[in-house]
Amino acid sequence: MSPLQEFAPIAVLLIIAVLVAIIISIISRLFGPYKPTSRKVSPYESGMKPIGSASRRYSIRFYLVAVLFILFDIEVVFFLPWAVVFRDMGLYALAAMGVFTLVLTIGLIYEWKVGALEWE
Amino acid sequence: MEAVCENIFSTLAPCLTSSGWDPSLAQFVSILLGVLLITTFPLLLALLLIWAERKVAARVQDRLGPNRVGPFGLLQNIADALKLITKEDITPAGADRIVYNMAPVIAVLSVILIWAVVPFTSTNIGADLDIGVLYFVAISSIGTLAIMMAGWSSNNKYALLGSFRVVAQLVSYEVPMVLALLVPVMIAGTMSMQGLAVHQLGMWFIFTAPVSAIIFYVSNLAETGRAPFDLIEAESELVAGYNIEYSGMKFGLFMVNEFIHAFTANALFTVLFLGAWAGPFATEVPILGFVYFMVKTALLYVPSLILRATVPRVRIDQMMAFNWKFLVPVSVVNVLVIALALKIAQGLGLTPENATDFVSNIPQTIVLLIANLVVVVFALTLVRGSVRKERLMTSGKRAEPAAGDAEQKALAATVAGH
Repeated sequence: MSPLQEFAPIAVLLIIAVLVAIIISIISRLFGPYKPTSRKVSPYESGMKPIGSASRRYSIRFYLVAVLFILFDIEVVFFLPWAVVFRDMGLYALAAMGVFTLVLTIGLIYEWKVGALEWE
Repeated sequence: MEAVCENIFSTLAPCLTSSGWDPSLAQFVSILLGVLLITTFPLLLALLLIWAERKVAARVQDRLGPNRVGPFGLLQNIADALKLITKEDITPAGADRIVYNMAPVIAVLSVILIWAVVPFTSTNIGADLDIGVLYFVAISSIGTLAIMMAGWSSNNKYALLGSFRVVAQLVSYEVPMVLALLVPVMIAGTMSMQGLAVHQLGMWFIFTAPVSAIIFYVSNLAETGRAPFDLIEAESELVAGYNIEYSGMKFGLFMVNEFIHAFTANALFTVLFLGAWAGPFATEVPILGFVYFMVKTALLYVPSLILRATVPRVRIDQMMAFNWKFLVPVSVVNVLVIALALKIAQGLGLTPENATDFVSNIPQTIVLLIANLVVVVFALTLVRGSVRKERLMTSGKRAEPAAGDAEQKALAATVAGH
């Protein structure tokens, strides 16, 4: 089997799943009532009139978490192929990955000490 | 022809070809039927899962739960789905319509696509990719995107706040989850789901790598938004979170997504640590493998239901601290220590020549268990350090009012002096 043929079932599954999901999501538009009023479509804010727009500034902590995640996700991407061929390689593979992880761990410890992980 | 058509589930294509069909057409029909099965199976399963959830929660709280519609209330969710279908479908004013309507579709897509690589039996799998595990990680991250889209496009403050929190939680817990599933990949030397299952015929990886199994289970609870990490549904502070503005079947899709995701995560745990379809006679009679697979997954699923009914929700700062200060360091150390132990076992010649044989797996398992003990010791030191810090902080807080009293007395004295 060619590598692309292996993905053929997934391509078919993608198409079918998208179709099924779209049909389910428009089904209540077909069977339910549809009489929008300005009260009904206003965003829910505990029964009060919404104050200002919802798109406002957000806490810097979420940004820090996202950056931290990207760093570790890249680490994981390097880890995955390494884990597959790990057995066939010598101690060098272990040492190389150890150094790579050490650099990232120092980064995590630094971020910890600086207080970027605190949510107070 | 009889020999080819013996197992209709796995050999439909050659069976149709032998009865005179065009080979490519037969291939296509068999793929299409399999895909329809894979798509409908999780959606129907969700109805059962919601019923189980309500029933277990009811029993824990000394109630009966749904018991009116159908036998044992089994048809309650079909009635609920019909109710959702006849509800009005509302798009809030100021919402980004395209993103708003796409979000539930993508949410459901992200869980259904995972089922393509789940090995149901020794012969039945949607697509046995070489990169099965990577595929799972990649597809399940799409669910995070759907939540972000839903929260951002709703033009609602609760939804936006909820989605920020949830995304922070989901991306954080993805790191220990992936690091934990590296260990089975390392031991088996393959990322293919069927390969992982075959490698566990001798010894399940939960015995060789219990620490990774626990990390994977805990981070999966967080990743799927189950209690005690169910900040996704913090109804007491965020009303409903990211899906507050959705109504009708669009809300239903988010709900279905949540339940199937929890079940899928447990199915993946079964594949990675409990040998998927492995069990007596599973290789000879494939349909038995399916039964074993489902039973194992359901046994894993029930504890998460009881947890949800009994454990209080954690705060977001506790949750993030638990992830970045405990789970991530432990899982990184876990991967490196297990790697070292595997190399030691290899050097001593303890690697099993035949992975499907139970006895030849024992020496390597013992070495890996010792490595796991080292990781547990590391984890306990980490916990001890943080507990000591917390104790110091609380005793410091207790000392503070006393200092304040002294200051006030001094102030009163100066006032009196004047």
